[in-house]
Amino acid sequence: MSELDQFRTDTRAWLEANCPPEMRAPMRGEKDLCWGGRNFAFQSDAQKQWMDVMASRGWTVPDWPKEYGGGGLSPAEAKVLKEEMRALGCRPPLTSFGISMLGPALLKYGNEEQKKRFLTEIARGEIRWCQGYSEPGAGSDLAGLQTKAEDVSDPVGGDHYLVNGQKVWTSYADQADWIFCLVRTSSETKHGGISFLLFDMESPGVSTKPILLISGNSPFCETFFDDVKVPKDQLVGELNKGWDVAKYLLGHEREMISGMGLGSGIGTGASGVMLGPVVKPVDPLLRAEIAAFDVDALAFAAMSERFIDQLKAGEAHPAMPSMMKYAGTELNKQRNELVMAAGGSDTLEWESERSKGGKPARDWLRSKANSIEGGTSEIQLGIVAKHILRLPGA
Amino acid sequence: MMTLTDDQRLLQDTVRPFMAEEGAIKKQLRHWRDTGCTDGYGTDFWKQFAELGLTGILIPEAQGGAGLGSVEAGLVLEEIGRNLTPSPFLSTAVAAVRALEGSAQAERWFPGILAGETVAALAVDEGKHHDPSKVVMDAKRQGNGFVLNGAKQFVVQGNSANVILVAARTGGSSGETDGITLFAVEKGANGLDVERVALADSSKAARLKFDNVAVDADAVVGEVDGGWGPLSRALNAGRAGAAAELVGVASGASEMTFDYLRQRKQFGKLIGEFQALQHRAAHLYGEIEIARAAALKAAQLLDTGDAQAELFVSVAKAKAGRVSALAVQEGVQMHGGIGMTDEHDIGLYMKREAVLGQMFGSPHFHAARVAELSGY
Repeated sequence: MSELDQFRTDTRAWLEANCPPEMRAPMRGEKDLCWGGRNFAFQSDAQKQWMDVMASRGWTVPDWPKEYGGGGLSPAEAKVLKEEMRALGCRPPLTSFGISMLGPALLKYGNEEQKKRFLTEIARGEIRWCQGYSEPGAGSDLAGLQTKAEDVSDPVGGDHYLVNGQKVWTSYADQADWIFCLVRTSSETKHGGISFLLFDMESPGVSTKPILLISGNSPFCETFFDDVKVPKDQLVGELNKGWDVAKYLLGHEREMISGMGLGSGIGTGASGVMLGPVVKPVDPLLRAEIAAFDVDALAFAAMSERFIDQLKAGEAHPAMPSMMKYAGTELNKQRNELVMAAGGSDTLEWESERSKGGKPARDWLRSKANSIEGGTSEIQLGIVAKHILRLPGA
Repeated sequence: MMTLTDDQRLLQDTVRPFMAEEGAIKKQLRHWRDTGCTDGYGTDFWKQFAELGLTGILIPEAQGGAGLGSVEAGLVLEEIGRNLTPSPFLSTAVAAVRALEGSAQAERWFPGILAGETVAALAVDEGKHHDPSKVVMDAKRQGNGFVLNGAKQFVVQGNSANVILVAARTGGSSGETDGITLFAVEKGANGLDVERVALADSSKAARLKFDNVAVDADAVVGEVDGGWGPLSRALNAGRAGAAAELVGVASGASEMTFDYLRQRKQFGKLIGEFQALQHRAAHLYGEIEIARAAALKAAQLLDTGDAQAELFVSVAKAKAGRVSALAVQEGVQMHGGIGMTDEHDIGLYMKREAVLGQMFGSPHFHAARVAELSGY
């Protein structure tokens, strides 16, 4: 038996012994995700137990180094763990922006002290992070951001930055413990005056206001900073070089969002869920559309697998996450359109028990944000044109 | 893993320059087209395939071949597609070899295929649409053998083939997979009429008429009434191979087009500066990468004998067909007037895509098959 086969056997046995039965039931939606954090209301003891036991093994972040709370697994081992979790139907033990976005950026740009402190907290599900990127005047043109961080030397409070401004589309800001935030530290150049700061959302001067969306839900907030003091050692990377960190992190955000093309977008890990058997088409034209969609979705599932393998092997072009984000989100929007078409008038119910509180319609409306958040489809296509195709003037 | 192994890279590094140089459009496709070649490819060039070990790529090592799989065959076909290189590789070294493997007929034909002297064709389609289980061609027992009656069309390389693998019905009825028998019929058999047909892409196929063609019992490939087994192997390999070739066609056409966007000036600008074209080009790039992944996945699943292989073969053929069609349509459109001329190569990609798209089943056929295999 090869080492990898042995790892597979051991992993399966361990998962069978340690994953509570409730955590092997299929997730019913976003509400079944475990986000962790200081104020997280666990759904059940099983949910907390599952997160803790996985964290104790470093398997909430299987491929991070052990010294920062990770599992230290090789790419091949991490893939085996994923496959075995899928085979047993294990839910993801922990989902967070700390894992999918901030973590990779800290691994690359953080100093040793920051890595030790923040990565370990993320791995254990202790701190829930949110992302302070977009502003009212800086959407697609993100580098036009105006939230200011001034260097202030204060004999009482020590060296710190004073942050003033406003962010928007901050996912779950009202439930997050800390924020990773892009701020302007120089107005001399546009991209070269941005820095990457981390701070506690409980700091005096931070306030949030949820935004009601067309889905009737409020996953995003407006976030306001009024003279927020941020200690200087919470700067990641060099001063005025935050744009590099920001772009690197965006790549990881786009990878995460592209996964929505694979199904419900809630981390089921199912590769290529086919729509046809789920929605049972009622007429030949709809059947044809769904079949064409399933071809696209299964082909995209193969692409996702290939992309992850290429990433781990260091063979992926740095702009590939943009291609994946574009393709995956457009696919997810199309999936939701077909679910509505196949479900007929049942899917129009907004509040009934039958429709689980209007789940199909709310998911359908929520999906429209996929091709906007994390950079619009048009922004992604522009990045591919410039960095991969090297088209002139792009 | 969906990254290539070192051996696979080595193969790619050998085949890529070979097709780009020896198999180039000017040297092969245009040359044979413009000199009125009746085979549509160079027989000496096919011998070069043999010298490189490519004709035996799928033939088991014990029988003198390389014993490789659909992934490796796909790497070769992608380069063939990229350069529009005409050869009987797909029909002979891929589809026919998979049909013949493990049968008594393998001993007979593999040595010639290995030497680059034998060309084989697969005769399945009887109407203008690919639908293999609908075979009605009749095979009746007579004496020690069988007598074949019926007609076949879109038999790729049917005019130059030394042996044609013919699906005929010894039992059951149209639409049933049981009762089909696969026969190896030799060139020049009595009662076999071969009408050579030049296709839109300058490749050559045949329409065949069988008028009481008598064959021996040992012409049967596999079992009587059990031809669906070897036929399915041939079709799966052929479909996955055609998908890989389509990815190559799409890559070749799009690379040519992206180059044009970087060079052509209008309104005092390079046309690649226009966002309307940039976004279409970027979309096309992504679709081709997705099609390449689908083709690789299908080939890997075939090679490991996975239960999902047939499903992914249809996904790959449908996706690669659609994407390749997009690539050649965008290619001609973005080239503008020059793209409509025979002098420019981009139109040759459009013609090849049309033929490959239908070969072994169109995107519509395979999308419908995905629905059937998925239970809706």
